[in-house]
Amino acid sequence: MNYDLTHLDALESEAIHVMREVAAEFERPVLLFSGGKDSVVLTRLAEKAFRPARFPFPLLQVATGHEFPEVTDFIHRRAEELGERLIVASVEESIRQGRVQEEPGNPSRNRLQTVTLLDAIAEHRFDAAFGGARRDEERARAKERILSFRDDMGQWDPKSQRPELWNIYNGRIRRGEHVRVFPISNWTELDVWEYIARESLDLPSIYMAHEREVFRRDGMLYAVNPYFPQDEESFTTWVRYRTVGDMVVTGAVESKATTLSDVVAEIAATRITERGETRADDRVTEAAMEDRKREGYF
Amino acid sequence: MAAADLARAAQSELLRFATAGSVDDGKSTLIGRLLYDTKAIFEDQLEQVTRASERRHGANGNGTVDLALLTDGLRAEREQGITIDVAYRYFTTPRRSFIIADTPGHVRYTRNMVTGASTADLALVLVDTRNGVVEQSRRHAFIASLLRIPHLVVCVNKMDLVDFDQAAFERVVEDFTHFAAKLEIADVTFIPISALEGDNVVARSERMPWYAGPPLLYHLEHVHIASDRNLIDTRFPVQWVVRPGDAASEELHDYRGYAGQIAGGVLRKGDEVVVLPSGEHSRVAAIDTFEGEVEEAFAPMSVTVRLTDDVDVSRGDTIARPHNRPLLERDIDAMVCWMSETPSKPNGRYVIKHTTRTTRAVISDLLHRIDVDTLHREEGVAHLELNDIGRMTLRTAVPLAFDTYRRNRTTGSFILIDEATNDTVAAGMILGRPSEEEGRSANVVWDRAGVTRERRVEALGRTGATLWFTGLPSSGKSTIAAALEHRLVAAGIPAYRLDGDNLRHGLNADLGFSAEDRAENVRRTAHVAQLLADSGVVALPSLVSPYRADRELARRVHEEAGVPFLEVYVDTPVEECERRDPKGLYARARAGEIKGFTGVDDPYEAPEDPEVVLRPEDVEAAVDRVWSALVAQGIVPA
Ligand SMILES: Nc1nc2c(ncn2[C@@H]2O[C@H](COP(=O)(O)OP(=O)(O)O)[C@@H](O)[C@H]2O)c(=O)[nH]1
Repeated sequence: MNYDLTHLDALESEAIHVMREVAAEFERPVLLFSGGKDSVVLTRLAEKAFRPARFPFPLLQVATGHEFPEVTDFIHRRAEELGERLIVASVEESIRQGRVQEEPGNPSRNRLQTVTLLDAIAEHRFDAAFGGARRDEERARAKERILSFRDDMGQWDPKSQRPELWNIYNGRIRRGEHVRVFPISNWTELDVWEYIARESLDLPSIYMAHEREVFRRDGMLYAVNPYFPQDEESFTTWVRYRTVGDMVVTGAVESKATTLSDVVAEIAATRITERGETRADDRVTEAAMEDRKREGYF
Repeated sequence: MAAADLARAAQSELLRFATAGSVDDGKSTLIGRLLYDTKAIFEDQLEQVTRASERRHGANGNGTVDLALLTDGLRAEREQGITIDVAYRYFTTPRRSFIIADTPGHVRYTRNMVTGASTADLALVLVDTRNGVVEQSRRHAFIASLLRIPHLVVCVNKMDLVDFDQAAFERVVEDFTHFAAKLEIADVTFIPISALEGDNVVARSERMPWYAGPPLLYHLEHVHIASDRNLIDTRFPVQWVVRPGDAASEELHDYRGYAGQIAGGVLRKGDEVVVLPSGEHSRVAAIDTFEGEVEEAFAPMSVTVRLTDDVDVSRGDTIARPHNRPLLERDIDAMVCWMSETPSKPNGRYVIKHTTRTTRAVISDLLHRIDVDTLHREEGVAHLELNDIGRMTLRTAVPLAFDTYRRNRTTGSFILIDEATNDTVAAGMILGRPSEEEGRSANVVWDRAGVTRERRVEALGRTGATLWFTGLPSSGKSTIAAALEHRLVAAGIPAYRLDGDNLRHGLNADLGFSAEDRAENVRRTAHVAQLLADSGVVALPSLVSPYRADRELARRVHEEAGVPFLEVYVDTPVEECERRDPKGLYARARAGEIKGFTGVDDPYEAPEDPEVVLRPEDVEAAVDRVWSALVAQGIVPA
C-alpha cells in the first residue's frame, strides 16, 4: 500500500481542514463567491468538507455592476447547482444610499467594493469570510495569515496578526471583529489550474479563449464595455481572461486556448503573474496591494 | 514547464522547509536564487526588482539583479532592510512542490522561527563561511531540533569569498557537528555554496570538485520524507459532525459522519476503534470522501468517518485504536515558546487549544527556562518573556488525548491563548505527563539520540509487540506462550518468552510475593518486555500478575513508548487449575504451607478489557486465537 499524497492532495486536505475549523469555531461564516477560479475552487473544497450535508454558510457576491455578464450568470447558475443560498451585495445600492461616491474620472469600483463588503458583513453579522486569495499572488501577501484578523473597522493591521503554528488556528474574536479566511493560501496559480482540471470544475466562459471586441490602453487589452469611456479604436480578436474582476480594470490575454487543458498549458508556460498581466489596479504603486489590504480589501 | 512536466507535477510531492540565517548570511540571496533558477519568478516581478535594485544600488548597479530583493515583503520592513515576519514562498520542480517558510534569524524573532519551523519537513540553515558557526547558527539548529524537524541542511555560504577552499568548509562542518551532537537531529547535510554566484544551488559547481555531494536543489528534491509521518499510531481528532438532518433525503436522514484530518496512522473500514475521552468502543462502518467510500485512509487525509454504533462523539473527541491509545490526562509536561509581549503569569490561566479541543489550562509549574544560545537551563525563573523557551507543567480543565510531540507533531502540540486579548501567547510541545520522569529519575536524561521507533519499524518492515499473558497459577499461560513462541519463530518472526518463574531465578531473584514485590516483579518485566518489543521482537511475558493496577502500569509503559501491547487473559476456572496443579502448589496452599497464594488466599483481579480471552481448549486452538489477534493488529502478516 502506498501512503503518499501528491502535493495537490496535501493542499486540498489542508484547505478542507481550515474550512471545517472555521465552520466549527465561528458563528456566522460566509463564503465570498466572485465566480473567479479561486472561489470556484473554494466551493468544491466546501463540498468536500461538508457533503452530504449543506454548507454551514451562505455564498456572498459583491456585485459592482460592472462585471462581465457571463460571470454573473455563472455565479447564479453555480449557486443553484450547489443548492446553496446566494446573497448579493450591490455596489450600485451603496452608491444609491450615499454610502460611497464614485470618483469622477475613475471608472473602477474596486475601492467602493470594500465599503459594500464591510456593510454586508456588518448587516448579516458575519464573523468569518472565506476568500480565495493566495500568498503567491503578490509580495505583500507572502506574510498573510490563513486566518487574517480584521478589527471592528474591518481593517487589517500587520502588527495584530496572530502567529499560526502547526495546523492549530486561533479563531477567537470579539463582537464586531471578523476574520478573512484563506484556505488556499498555500496554493500557486498553477496548483489552482491543475486542480480545476483534475476536478473538471466548470468556470465562467471568459476564462476560455473567445472572440471579443477589445481596445488597447497602456499596453493592456480591455473589453469594449458600456462603463468605460474610450477614445481608442476597437478591434475584434481572440482573447481569454486570467482573472474575473470588473470589466473596466481587467485586461484580456490574447489566446486561442479554448479548452481547459490548453489554458493550463499556456499558464504553465507564462512568465508573467496574473495580477501583473491583467489587473490595472495593482500596477499603480508597488505597495498598491498593501494599501488596499489595510483598508479591508482582500 | 512543458506539458509533460505538467502532468508529472500533478503527481509531485509537497516539501515544506524553513530557512533561517543571521542577517547578511545570504538567506534572501539564496531564496531569490532558488526562485529565480526554478523559474518561479515572473517577468513582471523581476522588472519590479530590477527597478528597485537600481534605486538601491544606483542606476548603474552593474546590471545584475539583487536577488535578495525578490523576497522582501511589507513596506516598513522593506525600508528597514530586514525581514521580521514569516513569509511564505513557492516554487515547483517536476519532482516536488516546495513551500518555503522564510524566517528571520535574530534572537528577537525566535517566535517567528518557531512558527515557520512548526510545519517544516526540513530546515535550511545558512552559515557564512568566513564567520563560521556563530551563536545564531546554534540557535537555529536548536530550534530545528526542538520543533523536531526531521532533516537539517546546513548551507555553508559565500564559498566564493574563501576561494572555494575545502578546509574552510570542513571547519564549519566540524564545528557544527560537534555542537549538533548534543541535539536530537536525525539527518544533517552540509553543502558548500555561493548563493550569489549560484554554485551548488541548482547546478553542481565546477569550482568545488572536492565536494562529492549533490547541489542543494537536488537534495531538496530527493531527501526521503515519506517515512517522517507517523503511520503507526492511529489518531483522528474529530473536527465537525456532518448531519444532513431533516432537510435531507430519506436515505441521508440518519447520516452521521465524523469529519476530520487524520493526525496519525491509518484508518480502515471495519477497524475496531475507541472514542476518547469517553472510552466507548465501536467499529469503522465507512470512510467517506466526496468521491465516495474508501477502504482506508491515512495521515494527513481529510475524511469523514461513520461508526457502526450510535456512540456519542463530538468535536474535540479523538478516535484511536483500543490497543494503541494516546495518553488521556489533565496534567501535561511541555516545552513552551512564549510568543507574547506580556510575560507568562505564575499560575496564570489560559485557553488551551490542542488538536480540535479548546479548554482552559493553568500553568501549575515553571520548571526552567532554556538559554537558546548556550542551551543552559535556568531554574527558579518566575515567568517566560517574549521569545523565551521553557519547560512547564499545565493542568487542564478536562483531560486531553495527547501523544508526546516526538511521537506525533499534531497530537503533541498546542497553543495557549490569552482570554482577555484573544492573542496566541504560547506554542507548546508535549513531553509527556509530568512526574514520571521528574519524580523517579529527575537527573537521568533519556538518551534520545539514535534510531527512532518509526525508522526501526520501517527498516524491519514490521513492529514488535508485547503479549502479556495473565491468569491464575496453572491456568496454562506458559504452555500457550511457549507454543506461540514456537509458531512465531517458525514463521520467521523473532519471539521471546519471559516466563515469570524463570525470571525469578535471575533478574527478579531478590523479590518475594508481597504485594510490593509482585508490583516490582511486574514493573521490571514490563520494562524488559517493552525494550524487547521496541527492538522488533514479539515479547511473551507470562506472569500471574494478579493486580489490575500493576498490569495497567505495564500497559502504560508500552503506550508511552508507542509499542503495541496486548493483554491475553488465560481464563481458566480455579477448579480446573487446581485439578491440573502440575507443581502441587494449590495442594500446598490449601494445606497452609504457602501463604498468599493467588486463587487460594490472595485475590486475582480479572482483566476488565483484555485484548484476548482464552478459555480452556486445545493448546493449538488457543494459539490460533492469539494468532488472529496478531494478524488483526498487523503484527504478523495475514
Ligand atoms: N560573495 C558573496 N556574497 C554573498 C553571497 N550570498 C549573499 N551575499 C551577499 O551578502 C549580503 C547579504 O545577503 P542577503 O541575502 O541580503 O542576506 P540575509 O540578510 O541573510 O537575507 C548581500 O550583499 C549579498 O549580495 C555569496 O554566496 N557570496
